[in-house]
Amino acid sequence: MKSVFNKQFWTRNETLVAVVIILFCLIASASDPRFLSATTLTDLLRASIVLGIFAIGAMLVLISGGIDVSFTAIAVFAMYVATVLTLGTIPSLPWYLIFTLSILIGAALGALNGLFIARFGLPTLIVTLGTLSLFRGFLLTFVGSERISKLPPGMRDFSRSMLARGTTESGNFYALPLAFAALVFVVVLTWFILHKTMLGRSIFAIGGSEESARRIGINVRATQFFVYVYVGALAGLAGIIHGSLGRMADPFSLVGLELSVIAAVVLGGARLTGGYGTVSGTLLGVALIVLVQNSLIVIGIPSTWQSVAIGLLILIGTGLPAWQAKRAAEQAA
Amino acid sequence: MPADVSKRNEESFVHMQGVTKHYGGVVALDGVDIDIMPGEAVCLAGENGSGKSTLIKILAGVEQPTSGSLKIGQNTQSPLDPRTSAAAGVMVIYQDFSLFPNLTVAENIAFASELGNGTRLASKSRNLQLAKAALQKIDVDIPVHARVESLPVAHKQLVAICRALASNARLIIMDEPTTALTEREVTSLLGIIRRLKEDGIAVLFVSHKLAEVLEVCETVLVLRNGKLVAEGPAGDFDAASLTRHMTGRDVPQTPPSAMSEAATDLLKVNGLHKKGAFKDINFTLRGGEVLGISGLLGSGRTSLAKALFGLVRPDSGSVTLSGTPVRLGDPLAATQAGIGYVPEDRLTEGLFLTQSIVRNVAVGRLDAHANKGILNLTSLTAEATEWLKRLTVKAPDVEAAVKSLSGGNQQRVALARWLSRAPQVLILNGPSVGVDVGSKSDIHTIIRELAEQGIGIIVISDDLPELLSVSHRILVMKNGQLVDEIASGTVDERELTHRLAS
Repeated sequence: MKSVFNKQFWTRNETLVAVVIILFCLIASASDPRFLSATTLTDLLRASIVLGIFAIGAMLVLISGGIDVSFTAIAVFAMYVATVLTLGTIPSLPWYLIFTLSILIGAALGALNGLFIARFGLPTLIVTLGTLSLFRGFLLTFVGSERISKLPPGMRDFSRSMLARGTTESGNFYALPLAFAALVFVVVLTWFILHKTMLGRSIFAIGGSEESARRIGINVRATQFFVYVYVGALAGLAGIIHGSLGRMADPFSLVGLELSVIAAVVLGGARLTGGYGTVSGTLLGVALIVLVQNSLIVIGIPSTWQSVAIGLLILIGTGLPAWQAKRAAEQAA
Repeated sequence: MPADVSKRNEESFVHMQGVTKHYGGVVALDGVDIDIMPGEAVCLAGENGSGKSTLIKILAGVEQPTSGSLKIGQNTQSPLDPRTSAAAGVMVIYQDFSLFPNLTVAENIAFASELGNGTRLASKSRNLQLAKAALQKIDVDIPVHARVESLPVAHKQLVAICRALASNARLIIMDEPTTALTEREVTSLLGIIRRLKEDGIAVLFVSHKLAEVLEVCETVLVLRNGKLVAEGPAGDFDAASLTRHMTGRDVPQTPPSAMSEAATDLLKVNGLHKKGAFKDINFTLRGGEVLGISGLLGSGRTSLAKALFGLVRPDSGSVTLSGTPVRLGDPLAATQAGIGYVPEDRLTEGLFLTQSIVRNVAVGRLDAHANKGILNLTSLTAEATEWLKRLTVKAPDVEAAVKSLSGGNQQRVALARWLSRAPQVLILNGPSVGVDVGSKSDIHTIIRELAEQGIGIIVISDDLPELLSVSHRILVMKNGQLVDEIASGTVDERELTHRLAS
């Protein structure tokens, strides 16, 4: 945030999204004074945990110049298999070990994506479209298609652990689950990798120009492989959190969410062409999508309008900066 | 001079002896001996396919010679790989600069050196330090926090040079360094090369457009068909002799033939204006005339060309062709009126690179060969093939992808597409950018022949010898305005350079 008077500042996606969020909150609290409360805040934060972890992963892939649509399938696969394995072996396993298991399964599936993309150089969209279907089909056919509501006790314990809880003055409960700490951890870790390590800078470099990266000696394959393994691990984490918080291992859940996640990331300023994306922008994008999904009703718009609102936001939020950039390029030519 | 040779061998930074490279049955390099001394600037000239790129790849360690020996720095490294070559101080600046458009200047400069150090953690302050030191070495001022994508081409090149310096370059190889630069930028580049030489850094220019860099070079090497055909002090060469060695034939520089007095006005441009691009443009192009337009980068010359073809919509003004107004801001209307445009960047704007040669020509004539929406492929292909033959496009197979052709042949394909539509006015933006000397002269011949057939031609270029040799009149553009008009034969290159820059 160099200067508020800087022209660039105002044409950034992040600014635009932030302004929309603030406007939304103003209108919402005007039409319903109860909107601005600890209850609403924790509800929204709670809803943004899984979406947020997914979005951070999707952002990393976009920065590296690829696109991943398989992470929801990885998440549900890792969550369900970890739950089934735990129930079948040591049901009393503590939650952090179940989580580790899910993360490892996610990383392994991500490694499969990485193998196809980094080793064989296949297009990322095609590979992940393939694995999306493959992972999901494999799960439903060979592992199981039943919803499991009797989760291992460890997972139930986790869902009851809170970072904060209480009652507001008006008598409403609010609670922020421990899982929110996972999002914070993922955000900090990813920010550190992206900005403070050569690995992270290499991810940006590859997204900017893969050929140039190769020429100056960046190990492009290893970097790409890391990206997909890391995203797989994040998906495994998001999946198990989703299962725990929902108190049900549902093999039909999550898949279908991937486009909303990518929408959030793109709203936050990441470019589908690679090389651009910020953690802060991505979080703003997630916040906006979560607001629209959960609170549209507060400002008097029926919830069936959700998709319309998200669609308009994407068209305006990403179309406007793109159109401005195009006009600037025409002026310069 | 045997004594001299052995002395060079000992002190030289690069010592190449009898280097030969085969690709399958093709001999790309044939027994080449080269020495480059520290702090020496060497011109390596040659046409496309002469073996220049292979030589760069061998020096950079990307390719291994089939036979022969190569010594870089103190040790005879063999086989050389990209890492050992970089560690020895050989840095290649490719034609596209290989920068990261999304990263800052500082990070671009420091990246390679930080990778070489093996550090795992990135540091902005270290990047800044490295970048500032490198920029200081060549005494240029580029905002270190700016993203590279926002820089003009000349600055991108400087960033690439700084990156090489930050990695402790001993030899900087520059592939086609002047192609994208205007005359003034070339001059400042030469100043920087002089500074590098003072620091003991050797520079190898690899180009087919070398007259410009000749003055800072000690030695000239000319490659033709993989063989070193000429070698000597730069003072012994001039543009004409370089061309002769490169092509193996004399390429005459003939002035354009006089225009017929009866030529009628063809294209009239009246008060064309676009905010921020150009203003108050008035000129008339006569049938059979070649009109040159020049100006520094950013003078609005490309916007003007695009406006004439409808790719840019002017705010006001009019264009008439043989008295009929042409609708502005509509390329289809311009095409139908008989205006053709061959863009500067044929790779991204002009050609369908992965499509076949014949399709690239045929696409311009789809309407003429369609009957109620059904395409007559036989007649379409036959016509396209005929045009390729007329423009002597050298291709083993017209079904091959256009990207497999050399720059000169690609340009002919782009020309063939327009010529098949029988245009009245043809706008050529940078007709010989990235084209080797022999093909360039052929393209000039084609331009002259077209003009003799009565087509009005506008050539936009900053290659002044080119403008002088093809155009009847040259218009000079500056800050979006036409500021000067020069008739053919009244000025020489030096005078034209002066009038452009003043």
